[in-house]
Amino acid sequence: MKLFNVTAGAVIAATGLYNAAFATTTLSIWYHGAGNKVESKIINQIIDDFNASQSDWKVALESFPQNSYNDSVTAAALAGKLPDILDMDGPIMPNWAWSGYLQPLPIPEDHFKNFLPGTKGIYDGKLYSIGLWDAAVVLYARKSTLKELGLRTPTLDKPWTKDEFDHALQAAKSSAKFDYAIDLGMSDKSEWYTYAFLPFLQSFGGGLVDRKTYDTAEGALNGDAAIAWGNWWQSLFKDKLAPGTSQDPADHENGFIDGKYAFSWNGNWNAVKTMAKVDDVEFLPAPDFGQGPTIGAASWQFGISASSQHPDGAADFIKFATQDKYLAEFSNAIGLIPATASAAQMTDNYKDGGALSVFFNLSKAQAKKRPVTPGYVVESKVFQKAAADIADGAGVTDTLDASVDQIDADIKRNDGYKKN
Amino acid sequence: MAAIRADNHRLRLAVRYLVLILIAAIFIFPLMFMVMSSFKPSDQLLSDTSSLRAFLPVGDLSLHNYMGAFERAPVGLFVVNSIFVTSTTVLLSLLVCSLAGFSFVFLQWRGRDVMLSIVLATLIVPFETIAIPLLLEVSKLPWLGLSGLEWGWLDSYRVQIIPWIADGLTIFLFVQYFKGLPEELIEAARVEGASWLQIYLRVVLPLSGPVIATAAILKFLVMYNQYLWPLIVVQQEQYRPVMVGLQYFFQLSPAWGEIMAYLTLITVPVLAFYLALQRAFIASIATTGVKG
Amino acid sequence: MRSSLTSANREGWAFALPGIVLIFAFIITPFILAFGFSLTNQRLISPNPTRYVGLENYQQMLGLAFVTLDAKQDPNGKVATDPSGHPEFPPLRTITRNADTPQYRGMQEWFRWETGTQAHLVIARDVVFWKALVNTCLFVLIVAPVQAGLALGLALLINQKLRGITLFRTIYFMPVVVSIVVVSLLWRFIYDGHDGLLNNMLAGLSFGHFHPVDWLGNPHTALGSIMVMSIWQAVGFHMVIWLSGLQTISPTLYEAAAIEGSSSWQTFRYVTWPGLRHTAVLVLIVITMQSFALFSQIDVMTKGGPLDSTQTLVFQAVQRGYGLQDIAGGSTISVILFVIVLSISLLQRWLTRER
Repeated sequence: MKLFNVTAGAVIAATGLYNAAFATTTLSIWYHGAGNKVESKIINQIIDDFNASQSDWKVALESFPQNSYNDSVTAAALAGKLPDILDMDGPIMPNWAWSGYLQPLPIPEDHFKNFLPGTKGIYDGKLYSIGLWDAAVVLYARKSTLKELGLRTPTLDKPWTKDEFDHALQAAKSSAKFDYAIDLGMSDKSEWYTYAFLPFLQSFGGGLVDRKTYDTAEGALNGDAAIAWGNWWQSLFKDKLAPGTSQDPADHENGFIDGKYAFSWNGNWNAVKTMAKVDDVEFLPAPDFGQGPTIGAASWQFGISASSQHPDGAADFIKFATQDKYLAEFSNAIGLIPATASAAQMTDNYKDGGALSVFFNLSKAQAKKRPVTPGYVVESKVFQKAAADIADGAGVTDTLDASVDQIDADIKRNDGYKKN
Repeated sequence: MAAIRADNHRLRLAVRYLVLILIAAIFIFPLMFMVMSSFKPSDQLLSDTSSLRAFLPVGDLSLHNYMGAFERAPVGLFVVNSIFVTSTTVLLSLLVCSLAGFSFVFLQWRGRDVMLSIVLATLIVPFETIAIPLLLEVSKLPWLGLSGLEWGWLDSYRVQIIPWIADGLTIFLFVQYFKGLPEELIEAARVEGASWLQIYLRVVLPLSGPVIATAAILKFLVMYNQYLWPLIVVQQEQYRPVMVGLQYFFQLSPAWGEIMAYLTLITVPVLAFYLALQRAFIASIATTGVKG
Repeated sequence: MRSSLTSANREGWAFALPGIVLIFAFIITPFILAFGFSLTNQRLISPNPTRYVGLENYQQMLGLAFVTLDAKQDPNGKVATDPSGHPEFPPLRTITRNADTPQYRGMQEWFRWETGTQAHLVIARDVVFWKALVNTCLFVLIVAPVQAGLALGLALLINQKLRGITLFRTIYFMPVVVSIVVVSLLWRFIYDGHDGLLNNMLAGLSFGHFHPVDWLGNPHTALGSIMVMSIWQAVGFHMVIWLSGLQTISPTLYEAAAIEGSSSWQTFRYVTWPGLRHTAVLVLIVITMQSFALFSQIDVMTKGGPLDSTQTLVFQAVQRGYGLQDIAGGSTISVILFVIVLSISLLQRWLTRER
């Protein structure tokens, strides 16, 4: 923090803007990347560039550790201490907008017309947040494994069906070469569960909540499709195809790389690391369980707090930060999907023919946002528990019924999460 | 005859040490794991966890994790913050709580028993359950600082210190200990015309080494390991303590090697504090051994 | 307490005042606020105004009902059975999602037992709460005596005059020095069900006869595993408290016992134990309070799972307050916990009162 002020001061002095600096207004920004050397470097670079590029605003950064970022923001909001600009995980945005923490971006939506849909945070018809990248989940596999087990390589146009997917897992199991057929990341008991597993439920034809009204989960989360999903989900663990909720985080980390698992359902943020260690790794699109394949959309995005006195300055910064060159820089550094096609061409991995270019199209084709409702925060927690309990052997119907009851009670207690 | 007895004695001594060493092994292994792992690269560290190699300095050992930890987070700042907050709170707590305990045990005053019951009842309130109401409260409290009157205690050292000074448990520790002190000593001092403050300072405190050490260790551990509270009341990095700093190492994929290095680093001050206190502790026991 | 001493109102208040003021300001005030929240629909964050709801939160949390299900019958009136010959019962939703029995809407099964063709179910509005309550009590009932006893054993062991005893004392205390969060992280590796250290060591000791147990992943072993780790972590601290109690017993008493030729057990029974009375009360109360507040281990190791086998009251209070943004629900648990522990201590006081 101190160090940064010094550098910012040096930049201002060096560029001869020192006198003008008297008129500058300081904008505070919060970012979730504390402890992440790579991200910190880029975000600092963007801020330095922005501060040097004009003299009206001076942006000052406060970084927080990602794990506890939401708790920090909530606490600050309760105490009335939010900064001007803050970043947030996409699906939580409606909750914060509804609570009155955020104001719509004073930037015409047209400005972001080339951005991937998953990077745009739209709630109640207004654009509240914008992301520099999107993330995607894919099925990691080895080319050699696919060949050995005699499996067809699925494509975006022709993904694996449920039967093909089940067959692939069984084939991996009966080959007796792996500890488990697939790593689902069950050790990561967090938003990962909803982000990664809700798409399965949706592909079965179920859902977390009624997406038309957002006022009940009845039918969506405990209908026949959802029960079918639950039975299938439970069978993965009962048949020992996947490690369960007690998975060691270390195994999740290295299991696929070490060859303990034939497949891994994993985020593309691990793609670069995996490519370095597994030379024939292949990234496969999500299987289709009947109602089309989907993966979760929306990652971290920038927004402006409702209490900010300078939304114009904050908007200037957000426009500055969402230039293609920064999108590309972030993507190169952390391996995520740049928000625009033009930025993708500037990256090593996502340009045409790049190792990860498949992800850009994947995100366009399959990405579906988690339910866009203020109730999502609670609904996601309920889903996480249901997915864990079913994996641990709880009765499928009773568990889903209980989850529906809990979600409906929460919606009712919040008067339907209606915007006043 | 004498030789046999000596052998017997030696045998019994050996058995005693064997028992002590076996128990010691049970207690020390996670720490060995932590320290040894801090010198290993993450991959090796994780694969070692399935065997006794986890506790041995084997493989590719280096200080890389320590350098990485310092690069990733301002480790020194966090440790200094924690030590400052912890030691200030411990000192104030010992003073405030021992005074209260003294008053509850040795003095007669109206409302005393009711107050003691209330204080002891607060033992039952786990902090986690009052964190949010307390946050709302401290965010509105006034403070008279160098720059005049300000409102709200967030983002400061005081918000990490003041709410933690007095607690039911520490007062209870003193009360229980003072009850065991010989009443005659206090009565004798009263007869000699000593004031209550003098009795507290000259009679009771010098006899209170063990309880002070116990209360200090307990408070030190609670304060040094604070996580939830600083997380919600501190926004600026400059006030963050060590356990919030630990979160810097849990990114999408935790850097286990650096985590172990960081944990080793932040455990050193606690161990040093305990060792220092242990000496004081034993010295004070020697002086209080006469009573009973 | 000390009736022989003269009353000293002014000094008494003055000495106790700083502590009392701080406790009222930072523990009692927020607790009263929490109690107030438990009577409302207070959310963590919400633009909607908070409403007074009376005892609704308590009713929601404590609501229980008892129902009986008859086994399914085929059209001929024969009891339907599963392949193993066990009668089949209709799913619970035939009651809880039935327009004829609206009073059971939103309730879930807590536990059941079967007699012939009938199943008797206890259903609850908030099953997780009840499970958390039972687990918490179980944890306290087991951990408090075991930990206190082991700590006393260690204290007696370490209270000998031996060369290097300080070193052992320090080592036994070491787990206490490491934060419980850190300890929980480390033990996750040890308890790993697949190739964890504990399984590998047990397999080695039994020459391969031992089948690996998924310690934290099995509902039957998860809470026990957390108990063992918790005892291991904190026993050194209570050892130190016992030790300080032991040191206050006058050596002359031991000398007298030695002269009279009493056995080690007699010495312990008639000299050591009576001298530890205050310490025993202290140790038991401290352990009980710490056990009731069980949170960090659960948060790091199991998050309440598998199948709610490690849910605890404080974990649930936090989970609801922050995770589910339900401050009212979290506060209600805090108040219930407070009332339970207070009743226990009042009962204990009444039972051990001086007659």
